Amino acid sequence: MKLQTGVRIGVSGVILAIALLVTSAIQAQNDINPPVLNGAGATFPAPLYKKWIAAYKEVDPGTTIKYAVVGSGEGIKRFLDDTVDFGASDVPLTDFQIASAPHGAITVLVTAGMVVLAYNLPGLNGVLKLNRDTYSALLRGEITRWNDARIQAINPRLNLPDREIRLVVRKDSSGTTFVLSSHLSAISPEWRDGPGIGKRVSWPENAMFAPGNEGVAALVQRSVGSIGYVEYSFAKLLDLKTAHLENKEGHFIAPDDHVGIATLTANIEQIPADMRIHIPDPAGTDTYPLISFTWLLLKKHYPDGVKGTSLKRFITWCLGEGQSLSSALGYIRLPDEIAKRSNKALATVQTTPAP
Amino acid sequence: MKKPFLHNVETDSICQPPSPSVIFVDRAFRMLARLGVILVFSLIVVLVLEIGIKALPSIQKSGLDVITGTVWDVGQQKFGILPAIWGTLYSSLIALFVGGFFGISMAIFLTQDFLHPRLAAIFRAIVELLAAIPSVVYGLWGIFVVIPAIRPLTDELNESLGWIPFFSSTLSGPGLLPAALVLAIMILPTIAAVSQDALRAVPLRTKQAAYGMGTTHWEAILKVMVPTAATGIFGSLVLGLGRALGETMALAMLIGNSNQISLSLFAPANTLAAMLALNFPEAGPSEIEVLMYAALVLMLITLVVNVLGSMIITYAQRGMK
Repeated sequence: MKLQTGVRIGVSGVILAIALLVTSAIQAQNDINPPVLNGAGATFPAPLYKKWIAAYKEVDPGTTIKYAVVGSGEGIKRFLDDTVDFGASDVPLTDFQIASAPHGAITVLVTAGMVVLAYNLPGLNGVLKLNRDTYSALLRGEITRWNDARIQAINPRLNLPDREIRLVVRKDSSGTTFVLSSHLSAISPEWRDGPGIGKRVSWPENAMFAPGNEGVAALVQRSVGSIGYVEYSFAKLLDLKTAHLENKEGHFIAPDDHVGIATLTANIEQIPADMRIHIPDPAGTDTYPLISFTWLLLKKHYPDGVKGTSLKRFITWCLGEGQSLSSALGYIRLPDEIAKRSNKALATVQTTPAP
Repeated sequence: MKKPFLHNVETDSICQPPSPSVIFVDRAFRMLARLGVILVFSLIVVLVLEIGIKALPSIQKSGLDVITGTVWDVGQQKFGILPAIWGTLYSSLIALFVGGFFGISMAIFLTQDFLHPRLAAIFRAIVELLAAIPSVVYGLWGIFVVIPAIRPLTDELNESLGWIPFFSSTLSGPGLLPAALVLAIMILPTIAAVSQDALRAVPLRTKQAAYGMGTTHWEAILKVMVPTAATGIFGSLVLGLGRALGETMALAMLIGNSNQISLSLFAPANTLAAMLALNFPEAGPSEIEVLMYAALVLMLITLVVNVLGSMIITYAQRGMK
């Protein structure tokens, strides 16, 4: 009997301790009330956003930012459904979408990248070059073998293997697909009248589908004879070979950091006031033909003032100090002129409660 | 004389009508058992109904076009699952062929006096351990071991015998053959275990009679033992097929997710289960209806195969006694 009483006292003690802990935790939360900012969207900038979020933790330890990597399509949907504090997309919002946003929408350009054609051809004695006709035909499934005369003609010295070309494409609704398909529609009438422009387009039937940029990059890495389109940062991360593509002026350009900045600087005047820029075929001598942008989708009004101010502070930091982290991860550091415009757009976000 | 249960009863006799508590426990247990049966059964019914209802709009809208269609293009709202059905059946049948051959050989080896019974038991346990390896581990193993290992061979085959439709493409990475091979290993434990039981169930006197008539060891195995256990072995194959049809994770990693119907063993393909797993996270409303339809088709295929397998095994066991 004595033992039982002892156990009973022990158990009630434990329960009391747990109850105390829980209440004190709740109290602590009420006292400080740290803002938790939830965002969701594009996969392309996700590695950079994660890096920014981690680095920003040291600047402002009080703010917690969470970013769910769900793809541009889903990011826009969640932003318009008002289930996140900010969205992220590689495709600019349409006027209709902006009109239907419950608290208004401001798009802020935060970083840019290049879409590259990554291939896996072990033992190739050089770098693959592709001109405009060839890569659009290849992505339409009209060139089926690597030693096709059209590819060999541009790469006379390459020992192209007698293998089938395996296309690796995105299975999900994707901003990267949008950038690629709008570029191809601009340069090839066959593409424009065939697959067209979209976050999802029709692909040749033997294409392999993979989810997300990381899925395509990983599948290219382990499939011999494959070629797929990914953002430069993902190809760089996995050290994939990327094809040199012919630009508008007929030069073959390798995607790298300098080319990215040069491409942005050469096309700066094309950026409209609302930042919803989209250049399907950039001009200039050393410009890379497939340039992609990515936006944060912000509410015009943040009813919760604390959330709104901390979010604005975070994005200001991303556009300033944060830009220095871009190129290491394979993103293009925004030229100052563009960053300035982004900051201007950010300033229009209101954080006082709406009347 | 000892009366071991005497302390349980009040009278001298241990015979007495069941007490109210015994009756209560008995009834309660019967109710519980009945409830369990009803719950499990209604779970299946609810599952089929739920999926059926969600698939209904798509069935009404496009009918059999979904099953016979070959194009899956969300942008154009075209949904055809024939390539996935083809890939499911093709990969499962190859897996059944390979896994069946090795599984039955193993069962013969372990039951027909080739090994000391204790050693045979150890081997059996090892084979059954294969069933405990998670599917995703098989998938990773397929990617990093099987594909690089078979690629030189498949390249050779494609180069020299490329005119045969089975070898008509190059193996790039994921594809039908690696998927089917990994699948074969995954269904091996099922086939080996059930076949062993079937072979063990053959009465000893059958074998002795065979020896008595002057057969050799191998004649006894191939002409008497295996034919006698044939229905059970066939049942094991059907169960293995059932498992192969529904396998998801490893196939999603290895099959290549390409919607084409090709005879080539080296081409990427698709299966129903892999398609479901990969498409659900991003699917819009109209796509979900079609995926439910595809789930219904997959469920029907596996249900038929499994019911068939169980029936054959029951029949075989009854025939044995």
